[in-house]
Amino acid sequence: MHSLSVVIGALPSILSGSLVTLGIVFAALAIGLVLGLFFAILQVYGRSWQRALIHIYIWFFRGFPILVLLFLGYGLFVALSLPVQPFLISCVVLGLTSTAYQSQIFRGAILSLRPGQMKAARALGMKDSQAIRSIIIPQALRLSIPGWSNEYSILLKDSAICFVLGTQDIMARTAFAAARTHEHLALYACAGAIYFVLTLIIVKILAKLEKRLHIPGYTSVSGEAL
Amino acid sequence: MNEQVILEVKDISLSVGPKSILSHCSLTLHKGELKVLIGPSGAGKSTLLQCINVLTQADSGQILLEGREVMTQNAKELCCYRTKVGMIFQDFKLFDHLTAIENVSIALRKVRGMSKEEAKKRAMQELERVNLAEQRELYPAQLSGGQKQRVAFARALAMDPLVLLLDEPTSALDPELVGEVLAVIRDLASGGMTMIMATHQMDFIRAISSEIIFMENGHIVEQGPPESLLGENAQSRTKQFYNSLASV
Repeated sequence: MHSLSVVIGALPSILSGSLVTLGIVFAALAIGLVLGLFFAILQVYGRSWQRALIHIYIWFFRGFPILVLLFLGYGLFVALSLPVQPFLISCVVLGLTSTAYQSQIFRGAILSLRPGQMKAARALGMKDSQAIRSIIIPQALRLSIPGWSNEYSILLKDSAICFVLGTQDIMARTAFAAARTHEHLALYACAGAIYFVLTLIIVKILAKLEKRLHIPGYTSVSGEAL
Repeated sequence: MNEQVILEVKDISLSVGPKSILSHCSLTLHKGELKVLIGPSGAGKSTLLQCINVLTQADSGQILLEGREVMTQNAKELCCYRTKVGMIFQDFKLFDHLTAIENVSIALRKVRGMSKEEAKKRAMQELERVNLAEQRELYPAQLSGGQKQRVAFARALAMDPLVLLLDEPTSALDPELVGEVLAVIRDLASGGMTMIMATHQMDFIRAISSEIIFMENGHIVEQGPPESLLGENAQSRTKQFYNSLASV
């Protein structure tokens, strides 16, 4: 019964840590959404030097472990004498990493649209920027929801590693309580369960969103071929 | 026939690598004319149409709309030009995420700057013209091929184009749906719309085209009214092509 009372005692602290975790994850997702979409558009419609730069960016963030990137980010903040706040650094580093992955989700979605959507828009006299905004992006975002929900669940669990910078997230609070009470098993099981529930809730919400935005009879071209 | 020149295409050439796709193609469209582009597949008919509204950039040549040369390098002028030159594609290319009425109204809003209500009202008129008022809230995936192509006509016509370019508008349709699309084209022709159409519908061509342009290997081989190219005693390349199609 001792473990249970330890968990109950630590729960308020761990739960308030989940707000920090969600803060990091949503900030990172938002950064990744905006930059990732922008990068994806440049990758598909941009000039070759733009594509090359983005290519390098993506491989940098794909190739470096997040742990390394976090310490790099920390070092960079110190070197540039920016405020060394673990929360801020975590948001930026995870956001830039997620940008790399999200850009590939969006790029894939744009490339899987039925061919000629851009051409039809141009033929009506739309500027490319208008066509991308009102024809390409609305379709590509719909097709991106499944991949995006995957990205959320990966990012949520990747965020646990941010505690190395001293971010007061679920992981940090659990580690603190465990070090104090030596109830590792019960406390980490509790932390795991919280991550699990947070994953489940958001993935379900996104699945609902996908259904709501579904267009009758319309799937991607590849879906139709099956 | 009214002799006012709407569109003039001069000396359009295009090569991809060493291969010449179009060489020195020129044509003139007068107001109210329906010119028909025919020829074997790979002749360059589609490419020529795409070059005319600059979805493909030609290597050389000039395009004149109502006597004024179009500066195709200028993005703004190009967009403005394209609103005046409607395009109908073989595979419709409707916007898949928009309903029929939204497909028609989106360019009115984004390009013409109309309000939502105004655009919707105008779009509705165009859908009524092609007999699709009842299908206005359906998505492309819920429409038949013929209905999709008619929405595409409504979408192009809503911009009040001076010319329509039609790239094999009936080739992707089931045979029983071809008629409803040809009926739209016939209505437009009798209403005085200026059009140029790539097609294989030979009987239709004979009946309503003002001139046939025969293409082969990227060249315009011959052009003339159907009665002279396809008449009883005609010795034209067009006639040969026509007979080879008829004998199948």
